[in-house]
Amino acid sequence: MLRTLALGAAIALSAPAAFAAGEGEITDYAFPHEGPFGSFDTLQVQRGLQVYTEVCASCHGLSFVAFRNLSQPGGPELPEDQMRAYAEQYEVFDETLADGEGDFRPATPADRFPQSSLANAPDLSLMAKARAGFHGPYGTGLSQLFNGMGGPEYITSLLAGYEEPPACAPEDFEGYYNVAFAAGGFPEECVDEEGHHTVPGSWIAMPPPLSDDQVEFADGSPATVEAMSHDVSAFLMWAAEPHLNARKQAGLTGVLFLAVLAVLLYLTNKRVWAPVKAGGRPIGKDQHGV
Amino acid sequence: MSGVLHDDYVPKTRGEKWVERRLPILSLLYGTLMIRTPRNLNWMWIWGIVLMFALISQIATGVVLAMHYTPHVDMAFASVEHIMRDVNGGHMLRYVHANGASLMFVAVYAHIFRNLYYGSYKTPREITYIIGILMFVLMMGIAFMGYVLPWGQMSFHGTSVITGLFGAIPFVGESIQTWLLGAGAVGQPALNRFFSLHFLLPFVLLGLTFVHVWAFHTTGNNNPTGVEVRRSSVAEAKADTVPFWPYFILKDFYALALVMAVFFAIVGFMPNYLGHPDNYIPANPLATPAHIVPEWYFLPFYAILRAFTGDVWVVMAVDWITFGIVDAKFFGVLAMFGAIIVMALAPWLDTSMVRSGRYRPMFKWWFALLLIDFVVLGWVGAMPAEGIYPYIALLGATYWFAYFLVILPLLGVIEKPVAPPVSIAADFAAHYDPQTGGTKQFAGSPAE
Repeated sequence: MLRTLALGAAIALSAPAAFAAGEGEITDYAFPHEGPFGSFDTLQVQRGLQVYTEVCASCHGLSFVAFRNLSQPGGPELPEDQMRAYAEQYEVFDETLADGEGDFRPATPADRFPQSSLANAPDLSLMAKARAGFHGPYGTGLSQLFNGMGGPEYITSLLAGYEEPPACAPEDFEGYYNVAFAAGGFPEECVDEEGHHTVPGSWIAMPPPLSDDQVEFADGSPATVEAMSHDVSAFLMWAAEPHLNARKQAGLTGVLFLAVLAVLLYLTNKRVWAPVKAGGRPIGKDQHGV
Repeated sequence: MSGVLHDDYVPKTRGEKWVERRLPILSLLYGTLMIRTPRNLNWMWIWGIVLMFALISQIATGVVLAMHYTPHVDMAFASVEHIMRDVNGGHMLRYVHANGASLMFVAVYAHIFRNLYYGSYKTPREITYIIGILMFVLMMGIAFMGYVLPWGQMSFHGTSVITGLFGAIPFVGESIQTWLLGAGAVGQPALNRFFSLHFLLPFVLLGLTFVHVWAFHTTGNNNPTGVEVRRSSVAEAKADTVPFWPYFILKDFYALALVMAVFFAIVGFMPNYLGHPDNYIPANPLATPAHIVPEWYFLPFYAILRAFTGDVWVVMAVDWITFGIVDAKFFGVLAMFGAIIVMALAPWLDTSMVRSGRYRPMFKWWFALLLIDFVVLGWVGAMPAEGIYPYIALLGATYWFAYFLVILPLLGVIEKPVAPPVSIAADFAAHYDPQTGGTKQFAGSPAE
């Protein structure tokens, strides 16, 4: 189900082609991890890891994720030897080496992914949760609640959201036009008299990172920009919430257990109260017989 | 213990007698569990148990979280991620704890508005009520300090805004703010002391819970009719009441199981829905988020804080009369705290002789409006302070004060209440037809 949702009340209510400042076009992509019964698709998360490794990792860090996490249940679930081999591709700085001088060595499963190598490239460990906030309409967050709209939708929309700059913008405006990114620069020329933006999104500093067939997936999946964006978003959601599968399972167990408990308590309560409600004396010992 | 006539505990076995002679703890437990409780309590009387359970759950999860948390500006955020990723079951502990705060506020608001509707605050339960309000204020302080601990963007900038409120106090404000933060700005000293206090104050809250329970066990519960339990004879008292165990413990546990099922659905399936995504970005003093919004449970009071801007005539008048000592910012702070203070004064502002709102035809409508007002204030508190929103906030804040300061005192004089039933037993009997074996009878039922 790919359905473009115009997010935010301003878009829904005002005349077309007018966008409040800070509005981006976010598409409601479907992810297998959505909903109470959803869980990560291992193959998709693995493809996402590949996109991250071959494309994103050159600038963006993933510093809260450890290499050992790649073998944990509920994620990419790499076999241990593959995970170890993967970790060895990375060099980490170890201060205990070279008589306390410190030196670089290949990473082990206990190490974490490196930090961002580019100063203005944010760390991606938590991006899928940090970008989950669409508080519309009217600040109620209902689109997030009912459509499961969150960080992965945002990341996919952003990566697939690069477009030719609109005609109203000057040729040399700094950055790259992106319909999903709302927090970037915006040319005065594309703002109407009422202060509304005439085009969605804004200009982002990151050049378009993906192009078709940039990555060759081992399972033969298509590598269009949208497909790669989709996969890497699923991977980043796992990176932000590695225990999502376990959490949903615990939630389901809890709800089912409490539902059964509630039914039993309802029946017990009804039974105990029945004589009282029928006008009789309460049960239980009544010491003075009154 | 209870003012309601009841059976005293009589130790029977030798063991019981041995303990009771040395420490009367068995009679205390008996008196607490078997307290005579009005038999007509409705489903709005379940929130106390929910609060008690939630507080204990918060303390239990919180103590374990504190074992893995580091209150240091460079390590706090990472230690929370360590809890989320590496600690066994840590992600569930943290989500239960974070959403547990929301559960407590849902329950406390339901508890407070139940109180306001059924007039539970009226004599002789003023002390129960005042302690309750104190607990509510303490809860807000605890929740606020807990939100600082993850040291995300909202933690940091929210703290700056809220502690900045103290800076608005004339003359001594900045000194107080510095004293609270342990420094000129939010940083390591603030984080460390907020952690310490966030650990300590819940136990104070627990202590106040016992005083709160002690107080209403002395007066007896209020009930939906607002009619007191008859005290002329044990037989009449028993006709009006049932012992807390098993009747209300079972009823409360049933309600608690339902509430917890919803709670676990939120924790399991949408644990971040009530939080703010910006708090997953490490605190950065140099980058201020576009919208600093407090957690949902502060929003009604946050709206009152922001409602009184410099262009409101009352604010301008006060500013002029006080020679600028009470400026718009300080006025907002006073309004926010005043909104809670007027609530605390309700026992003395309400002049009606009838306790329960059920028998007050005019009060009902004003109370419904107050509920709507509270929701509207909460919503407008989340909106940016521009366009029509400040006007809505001002209207909402004005009604909040008008309800307590004008409407409650006036209604007691001008309203003609309906006659309440003669006794709780009569209300209960009218609600449940004895002939049909305890099924609800709707026709002509005074209960709702």
